Amino acid sequence: MAQVIVVTSGKGGVGKTTSSAAFATGLAQRGKKTCVIDFDVGLRNLDLIMGVERRVVFDIVNVIQGEAKLNQALIKDKRVEGLSILPASQTRDKDALTKEGVQAIIEELSKEYDYILCDSPAGIEKGALLALYFADQAIVVTNPEVSSVRDSDRILGVLQSKSKRAEEKKEPVKQHLLLTRYDPVRVAREEMLKLEDVLEILAIPLLGVIPESETVLKASNAGNPVILDAESPAGQAYADAVARFLGEERPHRFLEPPKKKGFFEKLFGGKAA
Amino acid sequence: MSWLSFFRGKREEKGNAALAKDRLQIILAHERASRDGEDFLPRLQQELLAVVARYVQVDANKVQVNLERGEGMSTLAIGVELPAKSRRNAAA
Repeated sequence: MAQVIVVTSGKGGVGKTTSSAAFATGLAQRGKKTCVIDFDVGLRNLDLIMGVERRVVFDIVNVIQGEAKLNQALIKDKRVEGLSILPASQTRDKDALTKEGVQAIIEELSKEYDYILCDSPAGIEKGALLALYFADQAIVVTNPEVSSVRDSDRILGVLQSKSKRAEEKKEPVKQHLLLTRYDPVRVAREEMLKLEDVLEILAIPLLGVIPESETVLKASNAGNPVILDAESPAGQAYADAVARFLGEERPHRFLEPPKKKGFFEKLFGGKAA
Repeated sequence: MSWLSFFRGKREEKGNAALAKDRLQIILAHERASRDGEDFLPRLQQELLAVVARYVQVDANKVQVNLERGEGMSTLAIGVELPAKSRRNAAA
């Protein structure tokens, strides 16, 4: 039976799709068969971040409406074995998604995959509610910024009341905090909420902290999930988060500002990490 | 950048924004072109399957439709897996 994970945040633009792409790719890299579903019907973007936009033929709405088979709509990633993408529809409206339709897709995927990642749209409307409804676990993507923290708290409440697990009074959805766009330099200057503050307010277990990094934009320019850039701090932070998700102990990195280069390093171009 | 890198002749690494622009231009050209038109792929697939099914038994699950959108040209490839048995029948 596959684990269903929703990547959600309430607020838009905090890094849900970037995180979904990175996380799904990371799970597949670790040998887990993973399917990542874009729930943002009408405004799909996961295909672009994963670099498969030119290969989209059918989408989740075609499957729900019986116009295509599920395996025809799945796009197999060419970089990582065992990774598939189910795109959202670009032309239909959100009402085309139904609970029964999504359930049938998740049940069919469950037979073949270890993990099903649901990339939620922003907001708490139908698309977002359907993305989280079947979740066993939730990755709540949050920026160290007031509106993002508030919206994350709101979505945590929705997870606790409107998910299938909540409705059936089962063990609640397991929640994980993924703090993204974290800038240790600004935290040190006391301009930005620090990790401890966000943890204190949201009070859910921490999965990882992704540092603000130039490589994230570079990765989306090219359509490569940033985790494939194993040199970059963001890529490494995502790899750590995936490892923790799978039960490994990994110390948190990138929480402190990078050390200033010494005089000799500056002079001779010694590369700081 | 240290002064030594001047002698090493190491140039600053170029960004990849141009790649982002290229990808966007291609995908947006396709999306704009199909915005008003009906999504014909599901019907195209059904009709093709119906034609193929007149000659051989096909499993709708074993049909792969692949599309690769290019700048000047796109390719649509439809793969139909024929069951070994019906191929033998067809040959007979």
